[in-house]
Amino acid sequence: MIKVELVKLLRRPRTWISVVLTCALPFMVAVFITVTHLVPPPGQGSAFLSAVLQDGALYPAAALALVLPVFLPVAVAVVAGDSIAGEATGGTLRYLLVRPVGRTRLLVAKLISVIVYVLVVVLAVTFTAYATGVFLLGPSRAAAVGQTPGGVAGVGGGAVGGGLAPTAGQAAGGAVTSLSGAPLSLLQLTERIAGAIAFITVSMLGVAAIALFLSTITDSALGSALGALAALVASEVLVTLNAATVVQPYLPTRYWLAWIDFFRQPVFWRDIQRGFGIQAVYVVVFLAAAWANFSTKDITA
Amino acid sequence: MIITRALTKRYGAVTAVRSVDLDVREGDRYGLLGPNGSGKTTLVRMLLGLVYATSGEIEVLGRRIPSRALEVLPQIGALIEEPAAYPHLSGRTNLALLDAAGPGGRAARRTRRQRVDEALEQVGLAGIGRRPVKAYSLGMRQRLGLAAALIRRPRLLILDEPGNGLDPRGIRDLRELLTGLNEAGVTVFLSSHLLAEVEQLCTRVGVLNDGRLVLQDDLTVLRAPTGRIVLDTPDADQVAVLLDGQVEQRDGQRLLVRYEDVAALNARLVGAGLRVSSIGPQQRTLEEIVLSVTGTGSDQVS
Repeated sequence: MIKVELVKLLRRPRTWISVVLTCALPFMVAVFITVTHLVPPPGQGSAFLSAVLQDGALYPAAALALVLPVFLPVAVAVVAGDSIAGEATGGTLRYLLVRPVGRTRLLVAKLISVIVYVLVVVLAVTFTAYATGVFLLGPSRAAAVGQTPGGVAGVGGGAVGGGLAPTAGQAAGGAVTSLSGAPLSLLQLTERIAGAIAFITVSMLGVAAIALFLSTITDSALGSALGALAALVASEVLVTLNAATVVQPYLPTRYWLAWIDFFRQPVFWRDIQRGFGIQAVYVVVFLAAAWANFSTKDITA
Repeated sequence: MIITRALTKRYGAVTAVRSVDLDVREGDRYGLLGPNGSGKTTLVRMLLGLVYATSGEIEVLGRRIPSRALEVLPQIGALIEEPAAYPHLSGRTNLALLDAAGPGGRAARRTRRQRVDEALEQVGLAGIGRRPVKAYSLGMRQRLGLAAALIRRPRLLILDEPGNGLDPRGIRDLRELLTGLNEAGVTVFLSSHLLAEVEQLCTRVGVLNDGRLVLQDDLTVLRAPTGRIVLDTPDADQVAVLLDGQVEQRDGQRLLVRYEDVAALNARLVGAGLRVSSIGPQQRTLEEIVLSVTGTGSDQVS
């Protein structure tokens, strides 16, 4: 069944169109930066972008930061939201269930195919961004930006406190500048990108679990994808709202950008661990709810 | 093969199926009839474990449904309302994927290709090639849906409205296919609102009306002669005089006569010098039988 789901995933044009589009955004950004040599100043704009002119090998991290807020969650919510509801709408759900595929098994297979999809997207972004970074931006430009080491180091000093700032986006800029003070070897960079990929994948699984749960409730794939996105938007709003401080540690997007801490020297683990923890809770709770609902549901579609 | 006892399904305040005692025997070609909205589809879905009963019991191939559905479903082929397939894939790929989703592991994989070819052949789609299902006509989709029901070489076919979307040729092919499978030992249970289709195909019928099984019997029993004879004659007036008291109905040259033996009546009329254009025992049509137990169609809101 898992194999069947993977074949369905990989033979679906939508899968590859969404992968290409997600990779296209960082590529576009890289082209603009290459042409203009303009990057946001450290501490502003999307994470890592201020550093990519110094080191093109860091571009995968910048690319992940670019696609994480919108592209990735949208793609994941669409795929996960479609997983059960799409089969219900298409009428194929009832035929799978009477073939028979156990309902729990179907849910597990769907979950695995969503995980594979997330990995495919994240890895595709990472590799295309690495290629883009090295070929377009190139590591050689480090010297050019290094002409202002004082200013960079100055912002870097504030970066340690930046990790505690309310929005991780601000912390991101700081992390990069402190990174410039203590450069990472290629091995270290690879390890940390791997860590970041793992963290982002788990964060996306949180989104997937919510969308999958909604997908078992409604027969509308669109409804469940948008429902999951609505939950994320609500979470984003509350994360920046001082009045909502009480619930902030439990919001799904609270630690989304904590993977940036992988690029600090040394790695700043606290938020990363909390991020993993909170996503694990969301995944378990929503998958359990999805299972409880789906396994007792009348299939009338 | 299929037994239900006091099977009931309520959706909130609406009762879709009320205390149905279905009895489908091995080798039957069973036709479940009933107007639209009478509960046929809900009943079929309950038999397949898709919809859970509110109360009552279901046994299919000797196993309880839904608790042991996974054990019997591999031996059942099903068509539930419209057929469905992944539109961007070919019919062959769709069948192979559906088959691979089911149980059976390596043994199933070894025979998959052959079973898929066989099923496509059976429904007349052998030469279908590689075009995607979205390019199929309605009738081809219906045939593909039937093929999907056949890929596991089932012992029992549960088909909900199998004739939908088929042209007259398709209907005839379907009838021949199902009759052939039935002769080879497959029990066929189908639901339909097309009386003619069921009358030509089935050996046993059940009639659902407003969620109740109002009739269930062998077609031969239902259509047993009524003890009356229908007769056409140009000498209707004389016949009416001759058989005074036994003519129950008269409509121009057509008479309905209460009489035991067709041959004896024919001999008597001819002996009396009266001409007979046609004569035969009265048989109720399935339509008359069904309408007598269902009343008006339930699409009408009264």
